[in-house]
Amino acid sequence: MRTHGMSGPYMGQELPIDDANVSFPCLRVLAGGLLTTIQDLGRAGYQHLGIPPSGALDPVSLQAANALVGNPPGAAALEIAYLGPTLAVEAGSVRVALAGGAAPIEISAADGTTRHEENLRSFCLRRGDRLRIGSLAQAAVLYLAAEGGFDISPVLGSASTYIRGAFGGLGGRALGAGDRVPLARAFASQRGDYRLDGLDLSLPKRIRVIAGPQCDYFSEGTVSRFFSGEYRVAPGSDRMGMRLEGPRLEHLRGADITSDGVATGSIQVPGDGAPIVLLADRQTTGGYPKIATVISADLPALGRLPIGAKLSFAPVTMEVAESARRALYEDMRNLFARVVPLDKPGDVVDRLFDCNLISGVTDARRPVA
Amino acid sequence: MPQFKVLPAGDTALVVEFGETIDRNLSAQVLALAHRLKQEQPDGVIETVPTFRSLMIHYDPLIAPFASLSARIAALLKDTRPLLQPARLWSLPVCYEEEFGFDLSDVAARTGLSPADVIERHSSITYHVYMLGFLPGQAYMGDLPAEFDLRRRDTPRTRIPAGSLAVAARMTCIFPLETPCGWHVIGRSPVPLWRHGPAASALLAPGDKVSFTPVSMREYAALSARAIDGALEITPRDIAVEAAA
Repeated sequence: MRTHGMSGPYMGQELPIDDANVSFPCLRVLAGGLLTTIQDLGRAGYQHLGIPPSGALDPVSLQAANALVGNPPGAAALEIAYLGPTLAVEAGSVRVALAGGAAPIEISAADGTTRHEENLRSFCLRRGDRLRIGSLAQAAVLYLAAEGGFDISPVLGSASTYIRGAFGGLGGRALGAGDRVPLARAFASQRGDYRLDGLDLSLPKRIRVIAGPQCDYFSEGTVSRFFSGEYRVAPGSDRMGMRLEGPRLEHLRGADITSDGVATGSIQVPGDGAPIVLLADRQTTGGYPKIATVISADLPALGRLPIGAKLSFAPVTMEVAESARRALYEDMRNLFARVVPLDKPGDVVDRLFDCNLISGVTDARRPVA
Repeated sequence: MPQFKVLPAGDTALVVEFGETIDRNLSAQVLALAHRLKQEQPDGVIETVPTFRSLMIHYDPLIAPFASLSARIAALLKDTRPLLQPARLWSLPVCYEEEFGFDLSDVAARTGLSPADVIERHSSITYHVYMLGFLPGQAYMGDLPAEFDLRRRDTPRTRIPAGSLAVAARMTCIFPLETPCGWHVIGRSPVPLWRHGPAASALLAPGDKVSFTPVSMREYAALSARAIDGALEITPRDIAVEAAA
């Protein structure tokens, strides 16, 4: 018997690859894309046990996608990296929204018709629709949120997938063909569709950092070379770390330190002198000197940078970093107020047709907050 | 009051650094501060990560900015003393047979000991868990005697099995998951240090004490079978902790 709720459908089990008796609302994965994982705002409180925070590389886009479908800002969504998945709707209907790097969004209906949708607007899908998300042209990640969220049991307080630890998300791994991602709702609500205008998801050229904690492991000349140099996101970058090509950084007294803690955004410099910015799936401790740390307000933009993007680093004071964080938090709090109904004349009837196939039906399993 | 430095690690983490080496007294100071922060729960502190010689504090500066949190920590350190409460002592079975400890004869050659002496010395120590890191549930335990001050392998193995027990630089670790590894593998433990699932958990915690009990291949197989069934219960006992100098 498949169980939902407390234990989650797939917790610790092999996934059914092709189970004809599947009866829960879900998105069935026809193609997984390059690296599609379930992520939320991450897992706090377990780093002392060696468990990284994980979570969305670009939490601004994650929260925007959630705001568009009326979810809590930190609800779990699909994080899509570089090449999107193809998903089939196995639910009465579902409202989704994508936010992040631009990619072609194509929907093929069961009747053979095809349409395209856009980033930063919610839309509804019906049973049998196939949603194909193409390649991200200029960014690393894109998020897909579903109204009501995905029915994924949290592990240690978060639904985020941590692939190296093989837990969280769907079986602790990236989505693959045959997977079914359970939806919390069996049908889209009647709230209507929304759009979000003016959200700045541009790729930054300069990333702000606070120097240290191990600046003293480098000469002043090396530190200023780091701040004046231009870097490029190197192949081999992943959710653990962004590898950088550019000016190599020489250590004053070796590349080994007695391991200490690391933060998301720590810029460590291993023996070869090529810096690595540690990201969401980073280890919790590290034995390389850290020349600087990306400020928290710039982490979402950093997470958006794809392989090949150019960037440089600018030192700022703690006061600047703290007020930038405050400003970002204000922005995020205002996201819900900024989404506006998509009420182009003529659309209303279609929208009702899409979303209101069965009135009065809400959630299959649990109330949606 | 111990000597310490507060170093910013961005705007949401700071490092309270007590020294730059692996040292039991530094570790005692790190763990004492971690314990104190757990008791005091200062506003804004999200979590702490003890390491060999420093405590990393992850915090929200919108609740406690760097300036006020570092002042609070300095004030707490004025009357934070090393813990004297009991520590948990774990006795973990380990099979040191060469089939599992495939670097045992290499370690013997490097240390100038016989393989039997390597096992004897390794299993006669009560280890201190300095920190967890690298993999979920992976504990760094020390200290081995000076002859075990081994450099890591020049070419790390691309993978070692979960449960492998290894040594390097006077430290020993059990690797909870299959992983690439540059350490020297001398045995394997059937005890899962990391449990998957909704109630995922780590067996060991910083500050714990650990000793290893050699078991035969046959005992290993029996213990391993029980572990797979979830029926292998390993419980620690409390022991008094030596006061740090």
